[in-house]
Amino acid sequence: MINQDTEKSLPSDEEKTELYDRLKKDAEQAGYHINPDKEFVWLLINGLLVNEKRFGYLSCPCRLGANDIKLDRDIICPCDYRDSDVLDYDACYCSLYVSEKILNGEVFVHSIPERRPSLFERSKPKAPSESGRAATTALPYPVWRCKVCGYLCARDNAPEICPICKAKQDRFEKFIF
Amino acid sequence: MINKKHISGENRGDILVYALSTCGWCRKTKNYLNELGVAYDYIDVDLVDSADENVVMSEISKFSNQVSFPTVIINNEDCIVGYNPDRLKELLFND
Repeated sequence: MINQDTEKSLPSDEEKTELYDRLKKDAEQAGYHINPDKEFVWLLINGLLVNEKRFGYLSCPCRLGANDIKLDRDIICPCDYRDSDVLDYDACYCSLYVSEKILNGEVFVHSIPERRPSLFERSKPKAPSESGRAATTALPYPVWRCKVCGYLCARDNAPEICPICKAKQDRFEKFIF
Repeated sequence: MINKKHISGENRGDILVYALSTCGWCRKTKNYLNELGVAYDYIDVDLVDSADENVVMSEISKFSNQVSFPTVIINNEDCIVGYNPDRLKELLFND
């Protein structure tokens, strides 16, 4: 995807520390956990920052970015698949986020299967039952759902930042309207 | 021209790793092959010219429906998706 000649400068230690501290703080405030394996996490933080320099957003370091935010929005960290993966496999796909069991050393991190649908599947229009579960009676406000953590709120527009997981407004979908 | 890199070591067959330069599990896979001391080739797919990307992706899809990283191809036959040291060792040292 990216020609090595056009690769911008590598992330500095300051940039990595800043991102790590921010992600850890956000995670802890919202009940998530960053992988305690610091050496491994450092690789992932570096990969996230490399992708941010390439694409302008923190695309998952373990997935091939398309350099198109419309195609990559679901894999901007934290990705849409994190919560399901942590629940099913104790870690997200790249293992930046882990379960409490891993944090406590009860189980170990391992490589997990990819749950992200193929580009073909993602491009298919959603069935009516999946896109906006129409309420039988009109609601005074539409309900917005954060695709990252599932937070729901009833208001005219989605919040700028998810108060739970800090995902941006573009990660919200109209859930009931 | 796809930039395939070669790492020297003991010849245990043709080992080709499709990786991403940013991926932690890809790095672990390369590190494990280095520890085993085997010769292998790798392609960091995120660093491949965009014109060649489809060629690489279609190569990977010959072995696995799910194009994800790392994917290790052994002797153009066996395919390991994800970081799986036990399976790698089993396939590379099965004699």
